[in-house]
Amino acid sequence: MSERVGFFTDTSVCIGCKACEVACKEWNQVPADPQGFSGASYDNSGELGADRWRHVAFIEQKLPVGVEGGAPDSWVQEAARQNLVEQGVEPEADEDGFRWLMSSDVCKHCSEAGCLDACPTGSIFRTEFGTVVVQEDICNGCGYCVVACPFGVLDQRPEDGRVWKCTLCYDRLKDDMEPACAQACPTDSIQFGELSDLRERAAERIEVLHQRGHSEARLYGESEDDGVGGFGAFFLLLDEPEVYRLPPDPTVPTRRAGAAWAAAGAAGAALLAGVAASFLAGRS
Amino acid sequence: MSRNGEANLVPREQPTTYYGRPVVKPPVWKPEIPLYFFSGGLAGASAVLAAAATFAGRRRLARRAWAGALAGVTTSPALLVKDLGRPSRFLNMLRVFKVTSPMNLGAWLLLANGGATTFAAALNARDGERRGGAPEIVAAALGAPLATYTAVLISNSAIPAWSEARRHLPFVFAASSGASAAGAALLSVEPSEAAPARALGVSAVLAEEVATMLMRRRLGELASVYEEGEAGRYGKASRVLSIAGAALLGAGRPSAAPRRDLAAVGGALLLAGSICKRWSVFKAGFQSAEDPLQTVRPQRRQIAREGGGA
Repeated sequence: MSERVGFFTDTSVCIGCKACEVACKEWNQVPADPQGFSGASYDNSGELGADRWRHVAFIEQKLPVGVEGGAPDSWVQEAARQNLVEQGVEPEADEDGFRWLMSSDVCKHCSEAGCLDACPTGSIFRTEFGTVVVQEDICNGCGYCVVACPFGVLDQRPEDGRVWKCTLCYDRLKDDMEPACAQACPTDSIQFGELSDLRERAAERIEVLHQRGHSEARLYGESEDDGVGGFGAFFLLLDEPEVYRLPPDPTVPTRRAGAAWAAAGAAGAALLAGVAASFLAGRS
Repeated sequence: MSRNGEANLVPREQPTTYYGRPVVKPPVWKPEIPLYFFSGGLAGASAVLAAAATFAGRRRLARRAWAGALAGVTTSPALLVKDLGRPSRFLNMLRVFKVTSPMNLGAWLLLANGGATTFAAALNARDGERRGGAPEIVAAALGAPLATYTAVLISNSAIPAWSEARRHLPFVFAASSGASAAGAALLSVEPSEAAPARALGVSAVLAEEVATMLMRRRLGELASVYEEGEAGRYGKASRVLSIAGAALLGAGRPSAAPRRDLAAVGGALLLAGSICKRWSVFKAGFQSAEDPLQTVRPQRRQIAREGGGA
């Protein structure tokens, strides 16, 4: 068993070049998927799925600035803005207030993976690197992992009915190479490494950003206290997770299965009792 | 990027989404899957009904119920194989026994119940005077979970309208299964032996109404997907069919022999109601997955409850 490895995707330096999407497709020979013009900024590739294991999200924001709130502004700035608002001007964050969020999404390789737990064939397994991989010769295309993933990562390939997702370049890891997307990333937004190192690096990075006044920067999925026991591939985000189409507080379904099984047991007992009672009631 | 930081930004009134696109993936399941929920439920509850009828000495009712159970357990694997595409793909599930996967446990359960039901049904077919024994008990004991585990299967998912209904869906499925088993038996059973099946049909429909109501109450705003669109239409259809069927069956004294044709129509209505119910629940899952706010809002509330968050 090697040290657990993963990704730290620092979206604050993502430039939306999509080199990761391309490198992933090239290396893993992921088939082309139909694309069109989506109208959703530069995101014309849609979402993670069977034929897309890295996906770059583009969010265009032009956010008005409020005059209330615990701003680190001086009172003079505050008053000046208040003045603008009273004149009917909608002030924006500095300059024109436009910001462009870009983020390369990927399978989270959860510590407690819903897909792995749900898989009825044992096709999805945890590798010696701590990553989560689908064995294609065993996958029977049941599609259970598709609904068990809190992030909507996995999907079925219609041509063969089986499910495909990021392997964190399992083949490359075995040869001591970093995954294709991380190698291709020109800004080191995608960082590959041992998870413990990545968490340290992320903590340092978030501190730097906070010192520079970017209080909106936050880590997503780095904590082992979350509902999936922490991500193997976590993120630094500049807004709420749902802005990037990420669930704000994901929970692995398995943690809730106990309640469902208990209810099923009680319901089954009720069915037995109900049938027995019907015979008592039906006795003439 | 703002030098002043996010603290200056106007707070959002409701969660933002990514171009309104879903967070979780909708199921890739074909119509065979909800039909299997129905056929598995029919098989499981029919096995219970058949075993009880065997022990009670209601020979004719037992024969109909064993036939219903057999029909259910033979249709079910066929539906699953159809959804998977190839028979060998079903066998992939039998290479492991995996407690974290309700689908894996269900495959074993279906096989075990299928075996027990076939064996018990064969014994009953051979010996018309049989009064029941261990095979009947095993078939019934495996039948009850077969009727309810599919509710665990879908609630063990990231689909909010299924996951948040995890404490109620098994009761809805159990009741719907009971109604379908009664309905199938009543299609052809002689009036003199129909009374227990009538009682089961009427009480199962009542139980299903109550369980569905409680489920919707528990779901709160998530319940909207069960009321809208295709899920809503089939949910209403299920209700109308089931209640009409129960009314037909319930007319007259419970112990009095009903008219055979009325009982058969009532039974058919219960079967149709049960199919519509599963279809409604199935479609509600798609509708829930497609709405990102169904995913985000409950998680936001969870963060607020825990006082922390991402």
